[in-house]
Amino acid sequence: MGPEARDRQRNDASAEPRLGGPVEKASLRIGFVPLSDCAPIVIAKERGFFRQEGLEVRLSREVSWASVRDKVAAGALDAAQMLAPMPLAATLGIGGISMPMCTGLCLDLGGNAITLSRALYERIAAVAPASLAERPRRANALKALIDEDRAAGRPPLRFGIVFPASGHDLELRYWLASAGIDPDRDVELRVVPPPLMVARLLDGSLDGYCVGEPWNTLARAHGAGHTIVTKQELWGHSPEKVLGVSQEWLDAHPNTHQALLRALLRAGRWIDAPERRQEVAHVIAGESFVGAPVEVVSVSLTEGLSGEPASEGDPSFHVFHRSAAAHPWKSHGLWILSQMLRWGFIEKPIHLRSVVDAVYRPELHRLAAGEVGLPAPECDEKLEGSHDGPWILEAASAPIAMGSDRFFDGRRFDPDDVIAYLEGFPVSSMRVRIDELFELNRR
Amino acid sequence: MHDFGAREADRSVVRDKLKVLLVDEHADRARSLAQTLEQAGCQVVAQLVGPVDLHAALRASQPDLVIVDMDSPDRDILEDMRRIHAERPRPIVMFVEQEDSDSIRSAVRAGVAAYVVKGANPERIRPILEVACARFEEYQALRSELDKVRTTLADRKSVDRAKGILMEKRGMSEEEAFRTLRSMAMDQGKRLGEVARHVISAADLI
Repeated sequence: MGPEARDRQRNDASAEPRLGGPVEKASLRIGFVPLSDCAPIVIAKERGFFRQEGLEVRLSREVSWASVRDKVAAGALDAAQMLAPMPLAATLGIGGISMPMCTGLCLDLGGNAITLSRALYERIAAVAPASLAERPRRANALKALIDEDRAAGRPPLRFGIVFPASGHDLELRYWLASAGIDPDRDVELRVVPPPLMVARLLDGSLDGYCVGEPWNTLARAHGAGHTIVTKQELWGHSPEKVLGVSQEWLDAHPNTHQALLRALLRAGRWIDAPERRQEVAHVIAGESFVGAPVEVVSVSLTEGLSGEPASEGDPSFHVFHRSAAAHPWKSHGLWILSQMLRWGFIEKPIHLRSVVDAVYRPELHRLAAGEVGLPAPECDEKLEGSHDGPWILEAASAPIAMGSDRFFDGRRFDPDDVIAYLEGFPVSSMRVRIDELFELNRR
Repeated sequence: MHDFGAREADRSVVRDKLKVLLVDEHADRARSLAQTLEQAGCQVVAQLVGPVDLHAALRASQPDLVIVDMDSPDRDILEDMRRIHAERPRPIVMFVEQEDSDSIRSAVRAGVAAYVVKGANPERIRPILEVACARFEEYQALRSELDKVRTTLADRKSVDRAKGILMEKRGMSEEEAFRTLRSMAMDQGKRLGEVARHVISAADLI
């Protein structure tokens, strides 16, 4: 293990779960949202991976993230595809509810992109064509246009996001802020349901957005916009959706939860094989799942985003299994918390470690992977941004080939020094006093 | 006594003008719920069906309360209260098609929101909405109060600790320690709390 990996292992053996025995509940309702990354859940159902574990699963198609979260909180859903930040947000009481939630499995890495309207893209092309040739593309040319608009008294540009504090929101903010654009003052961010994004781009009420697939591909297919940068480029192999459950449900159904993880691990591995991606696209494109043309859905699953080269060293845009994709790294959870703090979603100081330990449960993934016979990391966190290209994770039950975890601005995220990381951003809108945060996290 | 009674009545007239924005994709259902709400003494300032611009509608109609279908895609837009309602946050009440009392009870317990069940009679709806508004206002008031208290407390704690370090390590008096911190903050153009934290941080390294 290279020193840069800084991989840590839990030494406390009692923290490793000892589970086994029959599932507590065989008939389950699992929520999903019509996006390409509902694939693991849909395939686990359609290909019999749930049944193989003795689970009778009914899938529930949800049209809003708020209802996914609320139904899991209320027990109307046993588990659901959730935005990676969602279990953290629910646990911290950000947004509508306050209820401890957790995740033992990441469903996918990557999969999002930022799209700009054709008009905005052409404005950039006219003034800074060279900025469009570089990869990954920075927002500096956009910053110049925003300044110009302000000087001319024009209204601010509007960008769509999927949900407050979602990966999309945090990624768009990160990209804009890296060029000195304050996402809370210089532009207008607004939540728009993904299926409406393309229409809003066409009618001019949005100038761009950050969303999952197939909605970026669809914008290009309609000539409504151009993909400017992908999630994979913004932060290589970064978490997108997780399997979320409430803490209460997990406590009552530990064996059922493990069975779910095993089924989803098998589904993820099945999906990740390049030769099966086309078949996956056919299954999930249907009306009862994503409900979009199969040729549009298949683009992000088979070739990255058409016409746009994937980030270097990473042939695939959307990762479901490789690179220890399923592992809920605590360093992922801590990075999300850092950005929630940075943008003021978190309004009072928190003890970062306690929050992430309660919500992110890599030991549950480790246990399930062992039972399925898949390698799993033996560590819970890594120095994010320290691997520019492919690398091998040796601290695992068997070495795992990993992909880049590079941030596009070259920053590194040390999970042990979140506060210094936060202080390094010139643009932020913290609502927690950093000294208070520092005090609370000294121990 | 009579005067008092009259004032009470006046107040309730004012309260009766609870302005509601209704969001539902199903036009028929929205119409019947709007009727019920009017009977319950609410003023339905806007009824949104289909994919309309919710942001613009909120700005234009300035409701006291938003009622939205639990399964509406617009729910995620309403989640963005912080930005949409920067000038004035508003409570949200969800309505559901059928009374699944168990899941509603646990949803309310989890703080999801207040719930209105379709077909509920006006007498039942009104108190639910009033409680939702009251709870929301309490929460808002509590939050701004907490913010104030927290800020001063944190400052004082850091400064006290940094003073202690300077007194112990540099043999300063309390007054000297405070003046040192203050001039460091002035020289560096930083908040007193921030400078104090740097002192604590440096002391931790030794």
